[in-house]
Amino acid sequence: MELLLKYAEGLGAERFVDTNNVTIIAGSIPDIKIVQKVVPSLDADEIASKFFLDSDETVVLDKVKAFTTTNATFRDQRYPDLQRGGKSHCDLLQKMVDYLKRVGVIHLATCTPYQVGNLPMKGEHCAWTESSAVAFCNSVLGGRTNIEGLHSSFASAVTGKTPLWGMHLDENRLGKVIIDVEIDVELLRDWYLIGYYVGGQVGLDVPIYTNIRKIPDMPRLMGMCAAGIAGGSIVKFHIVGITLEAPTLEAASGNRKGLQVLKYGKSERRIAYEKLNHSDSDKVDIVVLGCPHAGLDRMRVIAGMLEGKKINKNTRLYVTTCHPMKHVADQQGYTEIITKAGGSVWEDSCGLVLDVDPSTVFACDSAKMANYLPGETGSKNTWFGTTEECIQAALTGKWRGELK
Amino acid sequence: MSKIVLRGRKINGGSAEGVALVTRESLGGFGCFDFDTGKVIDFGHELYGQDVSGKILVFRTGKGSSAWSIAHQALRFVGKSPKAYITKESNPQTVLGAVVARVPAVTEFDQDPTEVISTGDWVKVDADKGLVEITKK
Repeated sequence: MELLLKYAEGLGAERFVDTNNVTIIAGSIPDIKIVQKVVPSLDADEIASKFFLDSDETVVLDKVKAFTTTNATFRDQRYPDLQRGGKSHCDLLQKMVDYLKRVGVIHLATCTPYQVGNLPMKGEHCAWTESSAVAFCNSVLGGRTNIEGLHSSFASAVTGKTPLWGMHLDENRLGKVIIDVEIDVELLRDWYLIGYYVGGQVGLDVPIYTNIRKIPDMPRLMGMCAAGIAGGSIVKFHIVGITLEAPTLEAASGNRKGLQVLKYGKSERRIAYEKLNHSDSDKVDIVVLGCPHAGLDRMRVIAGMLEGKKINKNTRLYVTTCHPMKHVADQQGYTEIITKAGGSVWEDSCGLVLDVDPSTVFACDSAKMANYLPGETGSKNTWFGTTEECIQAALTGKWRGELK
Repeated sequence: MSKIVLRGRKINGGSAEGVALVTRESLGGFGCFDFDTGKVIDFGHELYGQDVSGKILVFRTGKGSSAWSIAHQALRFVGKSPKAYITKESNPQTVLGAVVARVPAVTEFDQDPTEVISTGDWVKVDADKGLVEITKK
């Protein structure tokens, strides 16, 4: 595979390592207008060759070699008109889903594969895409992956190889900069904010968070992972006393002395908060929850807040997850509660693909969502806050969030 | 005309020359470009509103989504690719992005290219030799 060789050479990798755990971000191929310009026939094998493997020649695959699952963003096929590209782009993505199943890729359609059947083990060599999942794999699970792109991960799926470089090597997993956390990191919102601020500070270095005492739950760690790589490039972090490879500061840093120390206190939290909140209007048109994809605890909490209530008639509420998770939410009655309140539970899709007028005002409880909404939807009006503030915005149509 | 030469490491081979567009910030891919105009639409980025097509793009490193390579390949498909990438540090996104955008790319220089090169400078890139020659505007 020429692509994988060029990629390895560009990285400076000397050899490859076997991998049997790959995730591919096939749903993020460009808009159908661009795909059709390159492949007028819209033939699936030709699209896969050009857009997944960067091959000018059409390659007809039998089956991929490695265990491979799909990431978001695909589309919720029930609502083509609400998502960018409309029905034609929905149809294109369904065609590529069918192609991927044909070549042996398992369609989980989620940015959180670890929630629904692809859970890397400590030390496992992976070739993962989806930035927040890459950070979660390295930081929380102890799996080993670089931030792959669609092209390199699909090549890894086909060959079962990935460059032995970066996060696959012990020495690169050690922390290089200490974050001295001076304030309590408590709410889900606060985990996004610290990740977002530090992401903007440390470049490619692995940060070590110190003085975080309260053990976070999974949504909080998902938030920190998503924010640190949306606002920056953090593919791995340590939290001393909490994450797997950081029982002590010495272990997390490999006993290196004289590491740079950055402070995270109230003023730093405020900087991140202000960067994520920018709207001229306190009215809210659309509330998006479930970034990264909502798990069962988030579904439970959101359904609990909405039970017996009705959202504002001028406001839309979307909760995004994947079809395996939605199946459980359906069985449990969470989907019905959210739908009865006037909201909508979406599967396999993402708030970022909503087709909206640029004047639309969004509210969300994810720093990743707030970070990408302007570029993806064209709307520059975004509020970010707690899940409770978002639900209140859905009920009243007004943003009343604040950082005390 | 004074010329400055930077020495670095090849990411992706080839040569190119053109006008530099420089940011000290990291650059994204996903949600970062308007594919009709080649302009940066990453709200709040130093390069917001700037057209990257045909430029020698100088930046710190890649950031954000793993859809980086898709976005940079798509710029090639719509004819809006930069002519070359010059990065202070490389990461998997910048490397794979350069490979699929099929543009020369160089990194890890003897000096910080985002400090030495200014927007508007004329820059020649010989990626195979890892050389970048700058003529200040």
